[in-house]
Amino acid sequence: MRHNLMETKKLIELLGEKLSSFIVKADKMPNNDLLILIKKESLLSVMDTLKNDLELKFNVLMNHLGVDYTESFAVIYNLYSFKLKKKVTVKAYMEHENPEVDSIESVFKGVNWFERETYDLLGIRFRGHSNLKRLLLPSDWEGHPLRKDYIYPEEYNGLILKREENCK
Amino acid sequence: MLERYNIVNRFKEDHLFITTKVETALNLARANSVWYLLMGLACCSIELMQTGGPRADIDRFGSLFRATPRQSDLMIVAGTVTLKMAPRLRRLYDQMADPKYVIAMGSCANCGGPFTHSYSVLKGVDKIIPVDVYLPGCPPRPEALTEALIKIQEKIKKEKYLMKDET
Repeated sequence: MRHNLMETKKLIELLGEKLSSFIVKADKMPNNDLLILIKKESLLSVMDTLKNDLELKFNVLMNHLGVDYTESFAVIYNLYSFKLKKKVTVKAYMEHENPEVDSIESVFKGVNWFERETYDLLGIRFRGHSNLKRLLLPSDWEGHPLRKDYIYPEEYNGLILKREENCK
Repeated sequence: MLERYNIVNRFKEDHLFITTKVETALNLARANSVWYLLMGLACCSIELMQTGGPRADIDRFGSLFRATPRQSDLMIVAGTVTLKMAPRLRRLYDQMADPKYVIAMGSCANCGGPFTHSYSVLKGVDKIIPVDVYLPGCPPRPEALTEALIKIQEKIKKEKYLMKDET
């Protein structure tokens, strides 16, 4: 059996071997991809292992997202390995009050703008990020619009944002 | 054989000059050389480009696009104006030389369009600059934009800026 046709079960075993001290839970998703749940403190070392381990080589960061679950936040990273031809999703939860997590910019440099966007819209701060400023909204904007408890502003710099009733 | 009667022959035969008002002549010149500022902010700008293209051919009316506000008479706001863009838009409008005109093209520029409940979109460009022609549509067809330009031309032709303001 060729190595790149490795089954997801085998991959779970392999990851359990490599990352035994970090993984909280590893699951197969309905689309046959792999979801691993980790503690947010171990994010940087997990990413480092996934990228640099010669058997795994998950060296493509496909996507990064942040989620607001009302009582907690989560960051999600989608990685791909050309060697194994497998995708893996890494997920880490954090508390809703003052959410903060390590930046993985030292491992994947391209995550810079992804993390800025997540900071801009959800207010998750990334420790060790080189330039954590707003990416999309104006720099003097208050609040983080994609949070569930966000209240839309009524005016911004003297511009009224309320919708006119007779406007079609 | 009768020579075909046209304006050139008429000049040859009867008159070497025509009489008109200075205002009318100036307005005619201004109305047929409306240069517009490229203000493509979203998908409406694709229709704006189509209007400048060979099929709709807005050049027939003497309108050309300019990439600088200093040489423009008309600003066609084509697309969604975000709150981040709004002060920049106002500055570009201020940099245009008088007399200047504005077409709010499409639903977004009129009142926010499909983004009217958004937190980051300006609900109508008339909140920051005066608008002469509101052009509905999402996006409007090139023919509609051509008509908006003709409306601007009609407005220019009616202007009496050499006379003293009576009011």
